[in-house]
Amino acid sequence: MNIIIEMMSYPFLVRAFVVGIIVSICASLLGTSLVLKRYSMIGDGLSHVGFAALAIAYPLGIAPLYVSIPICIFAAFILLQIKESSKIKGDAATALMCSGALAIGVMTISLTTGMNTDVCNYMFGSILAMSVNDMYISLGLGISVLILYVLFYERIFAVTFDENFALATGTNADFYNMIIATLTAITVVLGMRMMGTLLISSLIVFPSLTSMRVCKRFKTTVILSAILSIMCFIIGLVFSYKYSVPTGACIVIMNIIVFIIFYTVEKLRESR
Amino acid sequence: MSLIRCDDVSFSYTGKTVVSKVSFEVNQGDYLCIIGENGAGKSTLIKGILHLKKSSSGKIEYGDGLLANEIGYLPQQTISQKDFPANVKEVVMSGCLNKLKNHLFYTKECKEKVQENMELLGIADLSKKSYRELSGGQQQRVLLARALCASSKILLLDEPVTGLDPIIGVHMYELIRMFHDKKNMTIVMVTHDIPGALNEASHILHLNGEQKFFGLKEDYLKSEVSTNFLGGLAI
Repeated sequence: MNIIIEMMSYPFLVRAFVVGIIVSICASLLGTSLVLKRYSMIGDGLSHVGFAALAIAYPLGIAPLYVSIPICIFAAFILLQIKESSKIKGDAATALMCSGALAIGVMTISLTTGMNTDVCNYMFGSILAMSVNDMYISLGLGISVLILYVLFYERIFAVTFDENFALATGTNADFYNMIIATLTAITVVLGMRMMGTLLISSLIVFPSLTSMRVCKRFKTTVILSAILSIMCFIIGLVFSYKYSVPTGACIVIMNIIVFIIFYTVEKLRESR
Repeated sequence: MSLIRCDDVSFSYTGKTVVSKVSFEVNQGDYLCIIGENGAGKSTLIKGILHLKKSSSGKIEYGDGLLANEIGYLPQQTISQKDFPANVKEVVMSGCLNKLKNHLFYTKECKEKVQENMELLGIADLSKKSYRELSGGQQQRVLLARALCASSKILLLDEPVTGLDPIIGVHMYELIRMFHDKKNMTIVMVTHDIPGALNEASHILHLNGEQKFFGLKEDYLKSEVSTNFLGGLAI
């Protein structure tokens, strides 16, 4: 407990806590739908696009969030348009987007600021990245993601479970898919600088996959994944502070451990 | 005026016509079975009726005060549903989606309707069970309950007995027949199970890239199409 109080005396760590917790909640809520709809890779694709956007925003001197959020929303829109019937399938398109955006980002950085520690921070995240302004923007956007999710919960469930049925009953499934994608884009950008481009998608897939091991209801799955996500974030952050190791990696490793525990519980239950 | 009326409808995927020149109508109280080989365009037609797929030509109209979102649809199961963490009640409840309108959450009436339909289909005691842990027949009954929540007028069933145990399949037919006979619901069913279809239906629509036959079952059995297709299958 002492260590948390000690951490709270640093303003940048307080900011990291606040933003981290809100991003963890948003990512886990949306993650449940994305994983079940077989869009697990969308977080990866979007974070790489966000990386390219950040790389372009910095030398231009524009606040990175303002550039990367619209670009990521646009990318999410494109990814969703690519459906089963199109010539390039969804997974291939995501792969193209990942490597393409990464190349653009790396090229921009090396031509402008040059390859330095910043690049490492983009890739693997840094808790020092949050300014006060960023925190307020993150807080505002994060809370709106939460509110929208709760408001549209029943519809999001229906669209996730069976898109065709939802469409047949007159629900505009494309609209709700778009909402899910937009909210995901915002969440990815908000969490990216702390977690890193390469690690942010773990916040989307791990908590929901973990809670799916044991939950029977959609609602409990969503709630449990949010709780697990916050827990892993806090423990990961404390651990990274104490042992001076990268934050993003710590959080992901916590998620892996929890996943293994839940997976074992599931297997034990089945074998009984 | 008929409930659903298709006038010279064709469907195509990326320029290739899958099924063409389909004309038929469904009236209140009909029991229509759509039959044909794989790739004959049956499921495409169902999607067209539900406005999930645009027709490349022709017209699909609703009549008798039937609204597009008032069709109880039982789709084929998707792969992602196999590991979906949702309990039976949540799934059935999503059938009330078209009654949400401007509400954010389901009303008390919806919840009562859900309970009623679950009891009707004998799945009320499963309501807290996880959908993915149910047997195929139970899952199908859950989806049927969901379809009933969406409509009390017409059910559109896409392969309701495929993949089911024969005995469970018979039970499924009995349930559908009960809705048709007792609740006066109109049934439109796509099926591979020809004997089942000929047993149950009042009307038959036979597709094979185009419309081969539409009319009463009795006429179908006498027609040339049926003799060729069934090859003297004993009914």
